[in-house]
Amino acid sequence: MMQLVLTVTTVVLSLAAGGAIIRIARGPSLLDRVLAADVLLAIVGAALCIDMAVNRHLNNLMLLVAVSLIGFVGSVTVARFVADRREKSRES
Amino acid sequence: MNRKRISLRQELPLLVWLVIVWGALWQNFSPGNLLFGALTAVVVARLFYLPPVELGGRFNLLRAVPFALVFVAKVVTASFQVLYLALARGPKVISAVVAVPLRSHSDLLVTATGHVTALIPGSLVVEVDRSTSTLYIHGINVRNADDAARLRKDVRDTEAGLIRIMGTQAELSALNQEAGS
Amino acid sequence: MNPETFSADTVIDAVSAVFMVVGALMSLAAAVGLLRFPDLMTRMHAATKPQVLGLFLLLFALGLQMRTWWVWPVLGVAWIFQLLTVPVSAHMVGRAGYRTKHLHPELLSTDELEAVVQQAAGKRGFGDDGDAATDRR
Repeated sequence: MMQLVLTVTTVVLSLAAGGAIIRIARGPSLLDRVLAADVLLAIVGAALCIDMAVNRHLNNLMLLVAVSLIGFVGSVTVARFVADRREKSRES
Repeated sequence: MNRKRISLRQELPLLVWLVIVWGALWQNFSPGNLLFGALTAVVVARLFYLPPVELGGRFNLLRAVPFALVFVAKVVTASFQVLYLALARGPKVISAVVAVPLRSHSDLLVTATGHVTALIPGSLVVEVDRSTSTLYIHGINVRNADDAARLRKDVRDTEAGLIRIMGTQAELSALNQEAGS
Repeated sequence: MNPETFSADTVIDAVSAVFMVVGALMSLAAAVGLLRFPDLMTRMHAATKPQVLGLFLLLFALGLQMRTWWVWPVLGVAWIFQLLTVPVSAHMVGRAGYRTKHLHPELLSTDELEAVVQQAAGKRGFGDDGDAATDRR
């Protein structure tokens, strides 16, 4: 049964990652791309989780926590930067 | 240094949380490890000073458990709702930015309300006005004034729940008065 | 292996299998939302929130599969980190998106922030005002 679950989730997550990558490629603005990259990171996290659950080990757990925190720091930084840049261009 | 002194009692929730994180990350809850974690927590809290969060001084566990269950149920239903909207409505979805004035003026409660609101799919905090403690919330699928009123009521209900869990005594009595009248 | 533990194992396996599939579907929901929704704000609804439920289900399935008590605190901490960080990053991106006018006004039924913004912009710069308000937090 685990084999079936693995197949199904692999297909589903691959489709999801494909969708996120399409949005990164197409996204009209920087923020759209950041958002899609965030989703891609979450999909990587989901894949790590499923790998651990199917193979019953915990090696990736710290990686999962680190990945979600890095994604947070990244998107906050970019959002901050975007807002700053716009204000500067408006003032000048 | 012009640091405000923090009493140990005020700092205790933070220290307990840090020790739990320490134990969880080591996956080891033996007394020795916890003791070392507590030492590390004290050193970290002293070294990386942050302004203390002003807690209301009370925490009602009996209210917190049903609140958490309702929260999880809301997250589940709303997640599927957003999935349905993405599939069925797609590009034609109508949304709105709604101002929600909150009762409480404490930073903790405004932050907690914003967090819970943002975690429930379909609502997103766009801007916070701290002086009037108003949240500006972007709601998905808010098509008319009725939907906006429902969203506003939802957020204020969430805030009422949080006040019942950890608001100050004054906020709680104000809430009870409002409910009674 | 006696039959009773076997059946309990099967039930746990089945529950965690269902959780894993639904959790993966939540990621797919995020991707579908990213592709289907018209503007940044609605995309954010789809992108950030289903992940909370998805990660919850996946961590729960992982905890069920490991069958030891000491993994639950780690999983709980991982999920709580997610709960604390997702709204903040969503708010930051959403705020930057609103300010850079990443939304289609024709898709909003009401915009109660706009009047406030106009008023604040009349008094002093909107950017200064908003930044001062959030930096103090």
